[in-house]
Amino acid sequence: MKMPLPDAALIARKAEIVRALQRLVPGEGVIGDPAGLVPFQSDGLSAYRQTPLAVVLPETVEQVSAVLAWCQANGVKVVPRGAGTSLSGGALPLTDGIVLGMAKFNRVLEIDYPNRCAVVQPGVTNLAITAAVEADGFYYAPDPSSQIACTIGGNVAENSGGVHCLKYGLTTNNLLGCEIVLMSGEVVRLGGKGLDAAGYDLLGVVTGSEGLLGVVTEVTVRLLTKPQTARAMLLGFPSVEAAGGAVGDIIAAGVIPAGMEMMDRPAIEAAEAFVHAGYPMDCEALLIVELDGPEAECAELSAHVADLARARGATTIRTSASEAERLTFWAGRKAAFPAVGRISPDYYCMDGTIPRRQLPYVLSAITQMGLEYGLGVANVFHAGDGNLHPLILYDADQPGQLEAAEAFGADILKLCVKVGGVLTGEHGVGVEKRDLMGEMFSETDLAAQQRVKCAFDPDLLLNPGKVFPRLHRCAELGRVHVHRGAVAFPDLPRF
Amino acid sequence: MLDLAAKTETPKTADEVVEIVADAGATGRTLEIVGGGTKRGVGDGVAADVVLSLAGLAKVIDYAPEELVLTAQAGVTLAALEKLVAAQGQMLPFEPPHLAKLLGAKGKPTLGGALAANLSGPRRIRAGAARDHFLGLEAVTGRGELIKAGGKVVKNVTGYDLSKLIAGSWGTLAVLTEVTIKVLPAARTETTLLLFGLSDTQANAAMVAAMNAPVEVSGAAHLPQAAAARPPLKGQMAVTALRLEGFAASVAARADHLAEALLGFGRAERLDADHSRQFWAQVREVEAFHKDPLPLWRISVPPAAGARVGEALAGDTLYDWGGGLVWLLSEGDPLQVRAKVKALGGHATLYRGDASAFEPLEGPLADLTARVKAAFDPKGVLNPGRMGGA
Ligand SMILES: Cc1cc2nc3c(=O)[nH]c(=O)nc-3n(C[C@H](O)[C@H](O)[C@H](O)COP(=O)(O)OP(=O)(O)OC[C@H]3O[C@@H](n4cnc5c(N)ncnc54)[C@H](O)[C@@H]3O)c2cc1C
Repeated sequence: MKMPLPDAALIARKAEIVRALQRLVPGEGVIGDPAGLVPFQSDGLSAYRQTPLAVVLPETVEQVSAVLAWCQANGVKVVPRGAGTSLSGGALPLTDGIVLGMAKFNRVLEIDYPNRCAVVQPGVTNLAITAAVEADGFYYAPDPSSQIACTIGGNVAENSGGVHCLKYGLTTNNLLGCEIVLMSGEVVRLGGKGLDAAGYDLLGVVTGSEGLLGVVTEVTVRLLTKPQTARAMLLGFPSVEAAGGAVGDIIAAGVIPAGMEMMDRPAIEAAEAFVHAGYPMDCEALLIVELDGPEAECAELSAHVADLARARGATTIRTSASEAERLTFWAGRKAAFPAVGRISPDYYCMDGTIPRRQLPYVLSAITQMGLEYGLGVANVFHAGDGNLHPLILYDADQPGQLEAAEAFGADILKLCVKVGGVLTGEHGVGVEKRDLMGEMFSETDLAAQQRVKCAFDPDLLLNPGKVFPRLHRCAELGRVHVHRGAVAFPDLPRF
Repeated sequence: MLDLAAKTETPKTADEVVEIVADAGATGRTLEIVGGGTKRGVGDGVAADVVLSLAGLAKVIDYAPEELVLTAQAGVTLAALEKLVAAQGQMLPFEPPHLAKLLGAKGKPTLGGALAANLSGPRRIRAGAARDHFLGLEAVTGRGELIKAGGKVVKNVTGYDLSKLIAGSWGTLAVLTEVTIKVLPAARTETTLLLFGLSDTQANAAMVAAMNAPVEVSGAAHLPQAAAARPPLKGQMAVTALRLEGFAASVAARADHLAEALLGFGRAERLDADHSRQFWAQVREVEAFHKDPLPLWRISVPPAAGARVGEALAGDTLYDWGGGLVWLLSEGDPLQVRAKVKALGGHATLYRGDASAFEPLEGPLADLTARVKAAFDPKGVLNPGRMGGA
């Protein structure tokens, strides 16, 4: 993965840069020594590592603003960071830039039940929001599997999802407002506690912008009331096709489950060996379907879902009888990644989304590709919304395997796009899928997106090298004439 | 004001839209973008050289009910689309208001128009707004370039979410030619609980209590006595209404739960499914305020502050979105209306009336907004003046 050529002159100025930043964020707020920088070298995409010039850990919005304004004035690049759990390299440092860590912004500022929202700082973890309100019967709906660690600021930047986003939406559907600081140091409020805001929906475009548009310093999230009951069902099927068919039938019957997850045989085996959730071992595909609402609704719908599963030849149909059992059903799925980590030295998690009807074709194609690359795959799958997570099994110590895993992953994503899907359902483009953006978007499409970047960050100093395969200088972008996706003189370099 | 003499172009393909926009950019002309033209009356109107109508781009491209996804050209009418999805037992979750009668307009509202104005009905509080169901687009920017963004699947974070940016931009950034939206199964049944005679403050509290009960309220509206006395209700007392939708057994259980939770506000009456549907269509279309000569404001505030809008400003009100959306008929000074609403943490849009429609923006947000506008439409070809500054 090529990152933009580092600026040697900036690297040479490291000591001076660290001193200047220390004046803006005094005390322990700036890390410059090589040992202190090691924990920040990578994020959840740990195959990529780079050491930043320095890490700055501000505590106030004024400090964030001062640091960004100074960096803009001095041409220093900035990579925002939450908990560093991104799976696409969004928080990967730049050797000629600083990391702006938001971990110290860790306070819940306000809980407003009458307006069903909470105002929190960006470094608050996803789970801590729910923890702050659950005693009162509320929760924050998006629940990425990383929720004990990942921050709400990172969730906003990645537009993260979770197993419940089929019914309750992604991060973007659960936000009311945020405060961001632009690279210029200007502080801008987007949205508030109302259900819409004046002007353009800039909150909508900042969400999922992967830290390229502004640094999020405050977030107002929607709170939901906890459903009265929730029940999970374990449904075992003799084939992936049958399970996929059942998913379609459930939705066609007008049922939108709170969650609907699928695992294939390798994933079931790994999960069962790890957490002993009691998964059936005689099936090729397992569906976990969660229904929530009043008791009467759960009872009616679980009977209905059971009938539909039976009609598709399900060999196992179990409904949780207690909250403890419901959590056990989920335990295997929620631990699927570490479970796969036990059966393989390394794994690489992909994240494409496909139209659900393409599932049997895509899964068999993935199995075929695995044979060709000589690598195993375990599939966990947000089946309700068609978001695939193939986990490619490899061993980084074996020469060539990392490269093979990456090539295999790229082939899977290209296939997702070919069947009408997209490169990423929830993990973001980052550095990982940056060079695949051309599979989905033309030069014209990407130029339009990059002009948004230029409106927020004209000097391209905030998290460059991510998302866009080529970052055009903003002034130049105005002049690049693109007609129907074809750039004039495509062979000329455009930097 | 509207220049009815302006020439109208009605392209039949996205390529023709590209030509028209590119040509306007090259020759220094401006375009007013219309779907069915039903929202043209909102605000100052657009003084443009040419009207660009999307009525010729009205085909449904792909509808896969089991994928919960529908792709259509922007000019397809809401009415046609509602019929199409209803035949499959599905619905447009954001319940788009048509508002043609409210605005005294003749045309038929289109999907592109509803998305461009981010119009969402009473179900906004439960299912989300139009922007939340806007998955992907093909559009022609003010630069005359055909772009696509987003995707045709329900879950996608690839690239910037330009659909959100275009939703609510009122045609000032790009001309939508094709859109992909998320649809959902229609509710099997519904009921509405009605409380009578509450003051605005009590009603606001009742709506908060209902929204905070675990019953998935999908509509929460209040018509104060003055609004309830107007047609179509012509009632004697203020009405507060709470809608529950879903499967029959669930709706019945939740209605019992909610009635009990609201006992402190009085004994609730229930509407059957047909009357419930009829009632919410009237709320969605703000029927109580049709054909009134007074200026009409659409005010968005934090839901618990809804009743305070009525306290702060003279005029008849109608509350939707649990208090978060207030329709206000008022001759009050626009500057004052905006100032009071702002103090409550909201913003106001003048839907009917002569002053400028959109909330003016200030400071760095105004500058950023202007840069975003310039990124898409540097020459100001599209809907000049539509959103005030933008
Ligand atoms: C085991 C595991 C399971 C996971 N499961 C899921 C899942 O189920 N669903 C899902 O969607 N994701 C999942 N993820 C991915 C990851 O947790 C999410 O992307 C998460 O939102 C990242 O949050 P973070 O705080 O760790 O952000 P980081 O990794 O630190 O940063 C992510 C991106 O956000 C930017 N950023 C961070 N904070 C800010 C800020 N304050 N302002 C502006 N930009 C900022 C960074 O620059 C970077 O581009 C998983 C990851 C792991 C390791």
